[in-house]
Amino acid sequence: MSGLGEAFAAAWALIAGVEPGLVSIVLLSLQVSLSAVLIASAIALPLGAAIAVGRFPGRQLLIVLLNALMGLPPVVVGLLVYLLLSRAGPLGSLGILFTPSAMVVAQTVLVVPIIAALSRQVIEDAWREYDEQLRSLGASRPSAALTLIWDTRFSLVTIVLAGFGRAAAEVGAVMIVGGNIDGVTRVMTTAIALETSKGDLPLALGLGLVLLALVLLLNALAALIRELATRRYG
Amino acid sequence: MLPLELHNLRFSAGGHPIIRGISARLEAGPRSIILGPNGAGKSVLMRLCHGLLVPSGGEVIWHGAKGGDPRRRQAMVFQRPVMLRRSALANVIYGLKLAGKSPRECELRAQDVLEVVGLAQQASRPARVLSGGEQQRLALARAWALGPDVLFLDEPTANLDPAATQEIESLINMIHAAGTKIVMTTHNLGQARRLGDEVLFIDRGLLKEQTPIERFFSKPASSEAETFIRGELP
Ligand SMILES: Nc1ncnc2c1ncn2[C@@H]1O[C@H](COP(=O)(O)OP(=O)(O)OP(=O)(O)O)[C@@H](O)[C@H]1O
Ligand SMILES: [Mg+2]
Repeated sequence: MSGLGEAFAAAWALIAGVEPGLVSIVLLSLQVSLSAVLIASAIALPLGAAIAVGRFPGRQLLIVLLNALMGLPPVVVGLLVYLLLSRAGPLGSLGILFTPSAMVVAQTVLVVPIIAALSRQVIEDAWREYDEQLRSLGASRPSAALTLIWDTRFSLVTIVLAGFGRAAAEVGAVMIVGGNIDGVTRVMTTAIALETSKGDLPLALGLGLVLLALVLLLNALAALIRELATRRYG
Repeated sequence: MLPLELHNLRFSAGGHPIIRGISARLEAGPRSIILGPNGAGKSVLMRLCHGLLVPSGGEVIWHGAKGGDPRRRQAMVFQRPVMLRRSALANVIYGLKLAGKSPRECELRAQDVLEVVGLAQQASRPARVLSGGEQQRLALARAWALGPDVLFLDEPTANLDPAATQEIESLINMIHAAGTKIVMTTHNLGQARRLGDEVLFIDRGLLKEQTPIERFFSKPASSEAETFIRGELP
């Protein structure tokens, strides 16, 4: 038990002392996951909106598929992206396996279904309310889709933050395609896994605390945005 | 654009006939008031005329459209108007922009109509936090800003206090005087008398009569209308 207490104390010392090793790992984590979420949002929000307002054969199937993909195991995504990016794979010539770029790709793949599926739901609910009004004002479906993205922006921010939380917290995908190389592709989650197995509990715990704090902060931020937006815009 | 001819118009939803064969002719000029009990099909009839619903049978014919797009030359104020999550001014600009007006035109025209409906002070406030009466006026402003040849109004003064009702009524008269054809529903028979030139009385999906306003209230042609007038007068 005292081992745990000591580990916490040591972890806190690392965080409070802004230990450079820890900082660079946290920064890389943020950089990778933020990039992934930005790219994923650029793909998934229009996709979600298009599915929400679109009428095309196979739409229902696509929705079921997207919803199922939300629960995609990160290790499976990691494996698929690994196969794509490995030297013999179709995108092997890019030569980005075991670099942060590969990790961004993997997390993007992981997060796109989440943002697309959840935003589809939100935008479709709004569409039911807005449909006739927007058509009456002369909006085509594509422009209605853009209007709906804008009008549901506060709910969408929450969804994007959820996507970020998922990306930052997953370990399987980045481990496989990044390789957990010290100083190159080591992020919070892979470092925690490694340090724990090596028995360096303070570093693992320190990173775990930072990760927890990050997730808490994101959720608080999401709640705050919604609260302010509802009060301001109704 | 006018006259508007309805030819044996039918509409059913989920196997239920809602509009059961309505033929009528709406001429340019007279303000047409659609009356009828709750659930008679008044709103559905308007949405069919406005092109928001596709008839299950029969036709909606705009005789004077001359190749132009009739949708662009009509506007509607809904029984429950949907405000976009942006300022009152931006709500008006939204419709104008879709109508292809230049940004400068949009701005000027939007400020103009807000001034006329008495919302100049509220122009920059989020539309959704305006009061019910203010939102109703905003909806009217947004529709009227488009300069439609025909304006459909679905219970434009439901839930408004007498003063607000009076304001809306004078706005409607002003819009009529400026040459826009008014087609509206109301449950306020006094309002029908004040604003109407002719009545289309709908009962359970059928047009029971189309009668000049004076005659409708003194000598209705159908027994349903007689019962309706007797029942609803205080
Ligand atoms: N999309 C729809 N699907 C199924 N039923 C519908 C639909 N729209 C309207 N109805 C039904 O059609 C009937 C007529 O509705 P409508 O809204 O036109 O009535 P209304 O005359 O405008 O009544 P009110 O005076 O209460 O506004 C109602 O029974 C309603 O439940
Ligand atoms: Mg109605």
